[in-house]
Amino acid sequence: MLKIADKLFNSRLFTGTGKFQNRQAMTEAIIASDSELVTMALKRVDLYSQDDDILEPLLQQPHINLLPNTSGARDAKEAVYAAQLAREALQTNWLKLEIHPDPKYLLPDPIETLKACEQLAQQGFIVLPYIHADPVLCKHLEEAGAAAVMPLGSPIGSNLGLKTREFLQIIIEQTQVPVVVDAGIGSPSDAALAMELGADAVLVNTAIAVSPNPVAMAIAFKEAVSAGRRAYEAGLGSRSLEAQASSPLTAFLDDM
Amino acid sequence: MSFLDTFNRLDWNEIKLSIASKTAADVEQALSDRRLNHDQFLALISPAASPYLELMAKKSLQLTRQRFGNTIQLYIPLYLSNKCTNICTYCGFSLGNKIRRKTLSMDDLDAEIKAIKAHGFEHLLLVTGEAPGTVGMDYFRQVLPKLRMHFSHISMEVQPLDQSDYEELMSLGLDAVLVYQETYHRPTYNKVHLRGSKADFDYRLETPDRLGKAGIDKIGIGALIGLEDWRTDAAMVAAHLDYLEKTYWRTRYSISFPRLRPCEGELNPVSLISDRQLVQLICAYRLFKPEAELSLSTRESARFRDNVLPLGVTTMSAFSSTQPGGYVNDEFLEHTALEQFAIDDNRRPEQVADAIKARGLEAVWKDWDGCYSH
Repeated sequence: MLKIADKLFNSRLFTGTGKFQNRQAMTEAIIASDSELVTMALKRVDLYSQDDDILEPLLQQPHINLLPNTSGARDAKEAVYAAQLAREALQTNWLKLEIHPDPKYLLPDPIETLKACEQLAQQGFIVLPYIHADPVLCKHLEEAGAAAVMPLGSPIGSNLGLKTREFLQIIIEQTQVPVVVDAGIGSPSDAALAMELGADAVLVNTAIAVSPNPVAMAIAFKEAVSAGRRAYEAGLGSRSLEAQASSPLTAFLDDM
Repeated sequence: MSFLDTFNRLDWNEIKLSIASKTAADVEQALSDRRLNHDQFLALISPAASPYLELMAKKSLQLTRQRFGNTIQLYIPLYLSNKCTNICTYCGFSLGNKIRRKTLSMDDLDAEIKAIKAHGFEHLLLVTGEAPGTVGMDYFRQVLPKLRMHFSHISMEVQPLDQSDYEELMSLGLDAVLVYQETYHRPTYNKVHLRGSKADFDYRLETPDRLGKAGIDKIGIGALIGLEDWRTDAAMVAAHLDYLEKTYWRTRYSISFPRLRPCEGELNPVSLISDRQLVQLICAYRLFKPEAELSLSTRESARFRDNVLPLGVTTMSAFSSTQPGGYVNDEFLEHTALEQFAIDDNRRPEQVADAIKARGLEAVWKDWDGCYSH
């Protein structure tokens, strides 16, 4: 099981609520994914209405934990304010911290993110910051009190897969909090690869929401994440460009 | 430095010629690249791209869904005043037109807010004529804090202002400003703007720079289709967007492509654009800038809007009245004495939302929270 802060998760697939064509498609896909942690943009939801199209169906699922995110925040000040509003309205101190002043590629601002993480952790939030795949930043965030780190595989919504693979490996090797690969995962094979590398979880939204069949795609991701994790736990064989003969050339020495 | 420096280096006739000389090979090359440069955009709006429209539409749809998801964001314009000190040959609010003039009082505004909120809108576009004496900063200082309490996102389409004015309005809750150059062809611009501050081409052209320096969240630009050759104007809009994106990289951008509509004191369009060409233009903008918001207003017919909305558009107005006080009376569509131009899609908000749903998309009423505007 995966543990983040004080919570245990059976599923290592986290999902999102954006980009679906309607509430029903969103609900069915999230349920099919077995995801227990679901993020939603504060800017989209009506925090003070129990009938909100995004919130209402999620609140009906007892196994689902809400992970409000601060998408839209351009600096630490905006993100901290949004987080405080979310905590008050949704009664959760879990937060996906997103600060992207760049509206084109939506790349996260490392300086403002670290600043906000420090403040929010001190205020008792369980902070999961969305960041570039920067190993040193991950260590800083860990020290600042982040409950997990969420490095991107490639630009958000790009479906380009793990373009940051080498850096993700360093992060996984060094970081002492859970690593959730977020953004850019475009296919179940990307998710499986992230899990094989040792990521603790992945967050997938666009690839499921924009699929012509979101439910089938959610199931495909669920199975891929599960297979990838199992492979990681089993231990992958080492790779070599040279053939490893099953009858080694020097085996005769053992007989001498 | 501002876009004016870049603009002064652009030659209208040279760009027009470049568009006309594009070949099928240029179009195919543009369609095969992931990130397009300005010259490739010219190929996509050229006559040579016409046979490739279906392919362009498919790519545009795919890019739009990937970036924006299966959603269309809805907004409603609120006309605060039809007073105007400009004489513009194509606009119903033009000073010379004998229409009844009205500016909303604070009581009128309360009534309009109530009427608009009843329809579920959270994104509001404030529109006025250009009459700084009546609807200037003093008026905006009263209006914005009141509206901020009721809406999640507030845009403005009013006369160009100074940077310090924009900074003050942002502190009162302004999120976005739309400022269309109408046409980037300076001689034609001078010909259609006969009197008033709008005749200052350069001040208007530099407005997005002042907004960018003020740090506004979103800027909308565009050209009014019909005043000049639409292809060359679109090329100028694209160059402007390119410049703004690189210079003010924290800001979001939206593009509109309004076609001239019938109005009081009507002007016959000099450059007609067909429905097919407008679709080509929308798809070309999408392929050029996958992250730009593309907005379609109720100037267009319901049939056209329904068919084109999946292809690249991300934002639509609905239930628009282009006259101040138009929402209080539920039958406002019958009363057009004060309006800026005649709208074409008269459907109610829920009908527009149903049409969006029928295309497999979700109508989004709120995509921004006022908390980010503090």
